[in-house]
Amino acid sequence: MSGILGKKIGMTQIYGEDGAAIPVTVLRAGPCVVVQRKTTDTDGYEAVQVGLVEGRYGVEPGEFEPKAPRKVNQARRGHFAKAGVEPTRRLAEFRVGADFESAAGDTIDVSIFSADDLVDVIGTSKGKGFQGVIKRHGFGGGRASHGSMFHRAPGSIGQSADPSRVFPGMRAPGQDGNRRVTSKNLRVVRVDAEENLLFVKGAIPGARNSYVAIRPAKKGKKSQQG
Amino acid sequence: MSRQTNVLQRHEAHFMKDGQPDFRAGDTVRVHVRVVEGEKERIQIFEGVVIARRGGGTRETFTVRKMSGSVGVERIFPLHSPTIDQIEVSRRGKVRRGRLYYLRDLRGKAARIEEKREV
Repeated sequence: MSGILGKKIGMTQIYGEDGAAIPVTVLRAGPCVVVQRKTTDTDGYEAVQVGLVEGRYGVEPGEFEPKAPRKVNQARRGHFAKAGVEPTRRLAEFRVGADFESAAGDTIDVSIFSADDLVDVIGTSKGKGFQGVIKRHGFGGGRASHGSMFHRAPGSIGQSADPSRVFPGMRAPGQDGNRRVTSKNLRVVRVDAEENLLFVKGAIPGARNSYVAIRPAKKGKKSQQG
Repeated sequence: MSRQTNVLQRHEAHFMKDGQPDFRAGDTVRVHVRVVEGEKERIQIFEGVVIARRGGGTRETFTVRKMSGSVGVERIFPLHSPTIDQIEVSRRGKVRRGRLYYLRDLRGKAARIEEKREV
Protein backbone atom coordinates (compact mmCIF):
# COMPACT_ATOMS: atom_id res chain seq x y z
CA MET A 1 0.00 0.00 0.00
CA SER A 2 1.20 3.46 -0.87
CA GLY A 3 1.48 6.37 1.53
CA ILE A 4 0.09 9.84 1.22
CA LEU A 5 1.25 13.42 1.62
CA GLY A 6 -0.48 15.91 3.85
CA LYS A 7 -0.28 18.89 6.10
CA LYS A 8 -0.43 19.11 9.86
CA ILE A 9 -3.43 21.12 10.99
CA GLY A 10 -3.12 20.94 14.75
CA MET A 11 -3.93 18.99 17.85
CA THR A 12 -7.10 18.55 19.85
CA GLN A 13 -8.76 15.82 21.81
CA ILE A 14 -11.71 13.60 21.15
CA TYR A 15 -13.46 11.11 23.39
CA GLY A 16 -13.37 7.35 23.00
CA GLU A 17 -16.37 5.12 23.63
CA ASP A 18 -15.25 4.49 27.19
CA GLY A 19 -15.12 8.21 27.84
CA ALA A 20 -11.35 8.45 27.75
CA ALA A 21 -10.04 11.60 26.13
CA ILE A 22 -7.72 10.72 23.25
CA PRO A 23 -5.13 13.30 22.19
CA VAL A 24 -5.18 13.53 18.41
CA THR A 25 -3.30 15.32 15.70
CA VAL A 26 -5.47 16.38 12.79
CA LEU A 27 -3.87 16.05 9.37
CA ARG A 28 -5.17 17.16 6.04
CA ALA A 29 -3.98 14.30 3.87
CA GLY A 30 -4.19 14.33 0.14
CA PRO A 31 -5.68 14.03 -2.29
CA CYS A 32 -2.49 12.87 -3.94
CA VAL A 33 -1.86 12.16 -7.58
CA VAL A 34 0.48 9.47 -8.83
CA VAL A 35 3.20 11.10 -10.92
CA GLN A 36 5.41 8.14 -11.59
CA ARG A 37 5.39 4.41 -10.96
CA LYS A 38 8.98 3.26 -10.52
CA THR A 39 9.73 -0.37 -11.20
CA THR A 40 12.68 -2.69 -10.77
CA ASP A 41 13.06 -2.93 -14.55
CA THR A 42 13.37 0.77 -15.18
CA ASP A 43 14.55 2.21 -11.89
CA GLY A 44 16.02 -0.66 -9.93
CA TYR A 45 13.39 -0.54 -7.19
CA GLU A 46 9.66 -0.52 -6.71
CA ALA A 47 8.05 2.73 -5.65
CA VAL A 48 5.30 5.11 -6.43
CA GLN A 49 5.97 8.83 -6.69
CA VAL A 50 3.06 10.98 -5.60
CA GLY A 51 2.37 14.69 -5.48
CA LEU A 52 0.13 16.50 -3.05
CA VAL A 53 -2.77 18.31 -4.70
CA GLU A 54 -3.16 21.58 -2.85
CA GLY A 55 -5.73 24.26 -3.14
CA ARG A 56 -8.33 26.29 -1.36
CA TYR A 57 -10.62 24.64 1.13
CA GLY A 58 -13.98 26.30 1.49
CA VAL A 59 -16.00 26.87 4.60
CA GLU A 60 -18.43 24.06 3.83
CA PRO A 61 -17.33 20.45 4.28
CA GLY A 62 -16.00 18.94 1.10
CA GLU A 63 -15.53 22.29 -0.58
CA PHE A 64 -12.17 22.17 -2.30
CA GLU A 65 -10.77 23.96 -5.28
CA PRO A 66 -7.44 22.55 -6.51
CA LYS A 67 -4.84 25.11 -7.43
CA ALA A 68 -1.57 24.36 -9.16
CA PRO A 69 1.57 26.23 -8.07
CA ARG A 70 2.22 29.44 -9.97
CA LYS A 71 5.89 28.85 -10.66
CA VAL A 72 7.15 25.51 -11.88
CA ASN A 73 10.59 25.20 -13.40
CA GLN A 74 11.21 23.64 -16.82
CA ALA A 75 12.57 20.39 -15.47
CA ARG A 76 9.61 19.79 -13.21
CA ARG A 77 7.14 20.97 -15.80
CA GLY A 78 8.48 18.30 -18.14
CA HIS A 79 8.29 15.64 -15.46
CA PHE A 80 4.65 16.39 -14.75
CA ALA A 81 3.81 16.73 -18.46
CA LYS A 82 5.15 13.25 -19.02
CA ALA A 83 2.78 11.94 -16.40
CA GLY A 84 -0.02 14.03 -17.82
CA VAL A 85 -0.91 15.60 -14.49
CA GLU A 86 -1.06 19.10 -13.09
CA PRO A 87 2.20 20.11 -11.36
CA THR A 88 2.27 19.92 -7.58
CA ARG A 89 4.49 21.66 -5.08
CA ARG A 90 5.48 18.59 -3.14
CA LEU A 91 6.56 15.17 -4.34
CA ALA A 92 7.34 12.08 -2.34
CA GLU A 93 8.07 8.46 -3.01
CA PHE A 94 6.67 5.48 -1.20
CA ARG A 95 8.06 1.99 -1.59
CA VAL A 96 5.46 -0.51 -2.73
CA GLY A 97 5.35 -4.15 -3.67
CA ALA A 98 5.94 -5.20 -7.28
CA ASP A 99 2.28 -6.21 -7.52
CA PHE A 100 1.05 -2.71 -6.60
CA GLU A 101 -1.22 -1.62 -9.45
CA SER A 102 -0.96 2.05 -10.14
CA ALA A 103 -0.28 4.35 -13.05
CA ALA A 104 0.49 8.04 -13.45
CA GLY A 105 -2.64 10.10 -13.02
CA ASP A 106 -4.24 7.84 -10.41
CA THR A 107 -5.55 9.56 -7.31
CA ILE A 108 -4.77 8.44 -3.78
CA ASP A 109 -6.76 9.82 -0.88
CA VAL A 110 -7.17 9.26 2.86
CA SER A 111 -9.54 6.35 2.30
CA ILE A 112 -6.48 4.12 1.96
CA PHE A 113 -6.41 4.30 5.75
CA SER A 114 -9.13 3.32 8.17
CA ALA A 115 -9.62 3.63 11.91
CA ASP A 116 -7.29 1.51 14.05
CA ASP A 117 -4.62 1.23 11.34
CA LEU A 118 -1.10 1.93 12.45
CA VAL A 119 0.79 4.55 10.49
CA ASP A 120 4.20 6.19 10.44
CA VAL A 121 4.19 9.96 10.09
CA ILE A 122 7.27 11.62 8.65
CA GLY A 123 7.79 15.32 9.12
CA THR A 124 10.36 18.02 9.70
CA SER A 125 10.76 18.82 13.37
CA LYS A 126 10.60 22.37 14.65
CA GLY A 127 13.99 24.05 14.42
CA LYS A 128 15.58 24.89 17.76
CA GLY A 129 18.73 26.54 16.40
CA PHE A 130 22.20 25.88 17.78
CA GLN A 131 21.72 24.19 21.13
CA GLY A 132 23.96 22.89 23.87
CA VAL A 133 24.23 19.30 24.98
CA ILE A 134 21.59 19.57 27.70
CA LYS A 135 18.73 20.42 25.36
CA ARG A 136 20.11 18.60 22.33
CA HIS A 137 21.21 15.33 23.89
CA GLY A 138 19.63 15.37 27.32
CA PHE A 139 22.86 15.64 29.29
CA GLY A 140 22.42 16.17 33.00
CA GLY A 141 24.57 19.22 33.50
CA GLY A 142 26.13 20.29 36.75
CA ARG A 143 25.06 21.97 39.96
CA ALA A 144 23.82 25.54 39.73
CA SER A 145 25.20 26.82 43.03
CA HIS A 146 27.35 25.95 46.05
CA GLY A 147 30.52 27.00 44.26
CA SER A 148 29.91 24.69 41.34
CA MET A 149 31.88 25.83 38.35
CA PHE A 150 30.33 23.24 36.06
CA HIS A 151 26.89 24.22 34.82
CA ARG A 152 25.84 23.31 31.26
CA ALA A 153 29.17 22.27 29.74
CA PRO A 154 29.49 18.88 28.03
CA GLY A 155 32.27 17.62 30.34
CA SER A 156 34.89 15.18 29.26
CA ILE A 157 34.89 14.27 25.59
CA GLY A 158 37.41 11.46 25.79
CA GLN A 159 40.68 10.13 27.19
CA SER A 160 44.24 11.47 26.97
CA ALA A 161 47.45 10.84 24.97
CA ASP A 162 45.97 7.53 24.02
CA PRO A 163 43.95 7.82 21.76
CA SER A 164 44.87 11.52 21.35
CA ARG A 165 41.68 12.20 19.47
CA VAL A 166 37.95 12.50 19.95
CA PHE A 167 36.00 9.52 18.74
CA PRO A 168 33.62 10.17 15.87
CA GLY A 169 30.02 10.51 16.85
CA MET A 170 30.76 12.28 20.13
CA ARG A 171 27.61 14.11 21.15
CA ALA A 172 28.30 17.82 21.04
CA PRO A 173 26.45 21.13 20.78
CA GLY A 174 25.04 21.99 17.35
CA GLN A 175 21.91 22.48 15.31
CA ASP A 176 18.89 20.96 17.01
CA GLY A 177 15.58 20.25 15.32
CA ASN A 178 14.64 21.12 11.74
CA ARG A 179 15.45 17.63 10.56
CA ARG A 180 13.44 14.72 9.24
CA VAL A 181 11.73 12.82 12.04
CA THR A 182 9.53 9.75 11.76
CA SER A 183 6.90 9.05 14.39
CA LYS A 184 6.20 5.37 14.19
CA ASN A 185 3.17 3.22 14.89
CA LEU A 186 0.62 5.93 15.52
CA ARG A 187 -2.95 4.70 15.63
CA VAL A 188 -5.49 6.20 13.24
CA VAL A 189 -8.45 7.24 15.35
CA ARG A 190 -10.74 8.53 12.65
CA VAL A 191 -10.77 9.14 8.91
CA ASP A 192 -12.89 11.81 7.28
CA ALA A 193 -12.76 11.02 3.57
CA GLU A 194 -15.02 13.88 2.58
CA GLU A 195 -12.75 16.49 4.13
CA ASN A 196 -9.50 14.57 3.53
CA LEU A 197 -8.78 14.53 7.22
CA LEU A 198 -6.87 11.99 9.22
CA PHE A 199 -7.01 11.90 13.03
CA VAL A 200 -3.93 10.25 14.44
CA LYS A 201 -3.39 9.51 18.12
CA GLY A 202 -0.56 11.45 19.70
CA ALA A 203 1.82 14.13 18.54
CA ILE A 204 3.71 14.30 15.28
CA PRO A 205 6.89 16.17 14.39
CA GLY A 206 6.80 19.71 13.06
CA ALA A 207 4.85 22.92 13.26
CA ARG A 208 1.27 23.45 12.20
CA ASN A 209 0.91 23.76 8.42
CA SER A 210 4.10 21.81 7.86
CA TYR A 211 4.17 19.05 5.28
CA VAL A 212 4.12 15.45 6.39
CA ALA A 213 4.19 12.08 4.70
CA ILE A 214 1.99 9.32 6.09
CA ARG A 215 2.60 5.68 5.31
CA PRO A 216 1.34 2.40 6.69
CA ALA A 217 3.48 1.41 9.68
CA LYS A 218 6.54 -0.50 8.53
CA LYS A 219 6.96 -2.30 11.81
CA GLY A 220 4.68 -3.19 14.66
CA LYS A 221 1.41 -4.99 14.90
CA LYS A 222 -1.41 -4.40 12.47
CA SER A 223 -3.68 -3.24 15.25
CA GLN A 224 -3.02 -2.54 18.86
CA GLN A 225 -4.95 -2.05 22.07
CA GLY A 226 -5.69 1.48 23.28
CA MET B 1 -7.60 33.33 13.34
CA SER B 2 -6.25 31.25 10.58
CA ARG B 3 -8.16 29.15 8.15
CA GLN B 4 -6.58 26.01 9.58
CA THR B 5 -7.66 26.82 13.11
CA ASN B 6 -11.20 27.15 11.84
CA VAL B 7 -10.96 23.70 10.35
CA LEU B 8 -9.96 22.37 13.72
CA GLN B 9 -12.81 24.11 15.47
CA ARG B 10 -15.31 22.89 12.93
CA HIS B 11 -14.20 19.34 13.42
CA GLU B 12 -14.20 19.58 17.14
CA ALA B 13 -17.85 20.46 16.82
CA HIS B 14 -18.59 16.88 15.75
CA PHE B 15 -17.44 15.65 19.10
CA MET B 16 -19.11 18.29 21.22
CA LYS B 17 -22.44 17.72 22.87
CA ASP B 18 -25.12 20.21 22.17
CA GLY B 19 -27.81 21.00 24.64
CA GLN B 20 -25.51 21.33 27.60
CA PRO B 21 -27.20 23.75 29.97
CA ASP B 22 -25.83 27.23 30.24
CA PHE B 23 -24.09 27.55 33.57
CA ARG B 24 -21.21 29.49 35.01
CA ALA B 25 -19.07 29.81 38.08
CA GLY B 26 -21.18 30.23 41.20
CA ASP B 27 -24.03 28.05 39.97
CA THR B 28 -24.91 24.90 41.82
CA VAL B 29 -25.14 21.87 39.54
CA ARG B 30 -26.06 18.22 39.77
CA VAL B 31 -23.74 16.25 37.53
CA HIS B 32 -24.99 12.80 36.55
CA VAL B 33 -21.89 10.70 36.00
CA ARG B 34 -21.88 7.28 34.39
CA VAL B 35 -19.95 4.89 36.57
CA VAL B 36 -18.96 1.49 35.25
CA GLU B 37 -18.62 -1.12 37.96
CA GLY B 38 -17.52 -4.40 36.47
CA GLU B 39 -20.29 -5.26 34.04
CA LYS B 40 -22.88 -2.83 35.29
CA GLU B 41 -23.22 0.83 34.60
CA ARG B 42 -25.02 3.18 36.92
CA ILE B 43 -25.46 6.89 37.37
CA GLN B 44 -23.83 8.71 40.23
CA ILE B 45 -24.74 12.25 41.11
CA PHE B 46 -22.18 14.81 42.17
CA GLU B 47 -23.75 18.02 43.40
CA GLY B 48 -21.85 21.14 44.22
CA VAL B 49 -20.85 24.63 43.27
CA VAL B 50 -19.14 25.29 39.96
CA ILE B 51 -15.98 27.14 40.84
CA ALA B 52 -14.38 27.33 37.41
CA ARG B 53 -14.84 26.66 33.74
CA ARG B 54 -11.79 26.49 31.55
CA GLY B 55 -10.65 25.52 28.09
CA GLY B 56 -12.61 25.63 24.87
CA GLY B 57 -13.90 23.33 22.20
CA THR B 58 -13.87 19.66 23.10
CA ARG B 59 -11.31 20.38 25.77
CA GLU B 60 -13.55 22.49 27.96
CA THR B 61 -13.77 21.38 31.59
CA PHE B 62 -15.52 22.61 34.71
CA THR B 63 -14.69 22.18 38.37
CA VAL B 64 -17.37 21.36 40.91
CA ARG B 65 -16.74 21.75 44.63
CA LYS B 66 -18.82 20.29 47.41
CA MET B 67 -18.38 19.76 51.11
CA SER B 68 -18.40 16.14 52.10
CA GLY B 69 -18.75 16.32 55.84
CA SER B 70 -16.07 18.77 56.80
CA VAL B 71 -13.85 17.92 53.86
CA GLY B 72 -14.01 19.84 50.62
CA VAL B 73 -14.16 17.67 47.48
CA GLU B 74 -13.52 19.00 44.01
CA ARG B 75 -14.04 17.15 40.77
CA ILE B 76 -13.01 18.34 37.35
CA PHE B 77 -15.34 17.17 34.60
CA PRO B 78 -14.71 17.38 30.87
CA LEU B 79 -17.80 19.21 29.63
CA HIS B 80 -18.21 17.06 26.52
CA SER B 81 -17.22 13.72 27.98
CA PRO B 82 -19.52 10.81 27.23
CA THR B 83 -19.20 9.78 30.88
CA ILE B 84 -21.39 12.73 31.78
CA ASP B 85 -24.98 11.71 31.39
CA GLN B 86 -26.63 14.97 32.29
CA ILE B 87 -25.97 18.29 33.98
CA GLU B 88 -28.77 19.93 35.97
CA VAL B 89 -28.49 23.48 37.17
CA SER B 90 -30.17 23.59 40.54
CA ARG B 91 -29.33 27.13 41.60
CA ARG B 92 -27.90 30.25 39.99
CA GLY B 93 -25.36 32.03 42.13
CA LYS B 94 -24.55 35.70 42.23
CA VAL B 95 -20.80 36.04 42.02
CA ARG B 96 -18.40 38.66 40.76
CA ARG B 97 -15.54 36.42 39.55
CA GLY B 98 -15.11 33.79 36.88
CA ARG B 99 -13.04 31.51 39.07
CA LEU B 100 -14.06 31.04 42.70
CA TYR B 101 -10.86 29.59 44.10
CA TYR B 102 -11.27 31.75 47.19
CA LEU B 103 -14.04 29.40 48.33
CA ARG B 104 -11.34 26.90 49.24
CA ASP B 105 -10.28 29.09 52.13
CA LEU B 106 -13.79 29.70 53.37
CA ARG B 107 -16.20 27.44 55.16
CA GLY B 108 -19.60 27.54 56.78
CA LYS B 109 -21.53 30.75 56.47
CA ALA B 110 -18.72 32.56 54.69
CA ALA B 111 -18.69 30.02 51.87
CA ARG B 112 -22.34 30.64 50.97
CA ILE B 113 -23.19 32.12 47.61
CA GLU B 114 -26.12 34.45 47.25
CA GLU B 115 -28.76 33.30 44.80
CA LYS B 116 -29.14 35.31 41.65
CA ARG B 117 -32.54 36.93 41.16
CA GLU B 118 -33.81 36.96 37.62
CA VAL B 119 -34.22 40.48 36.38
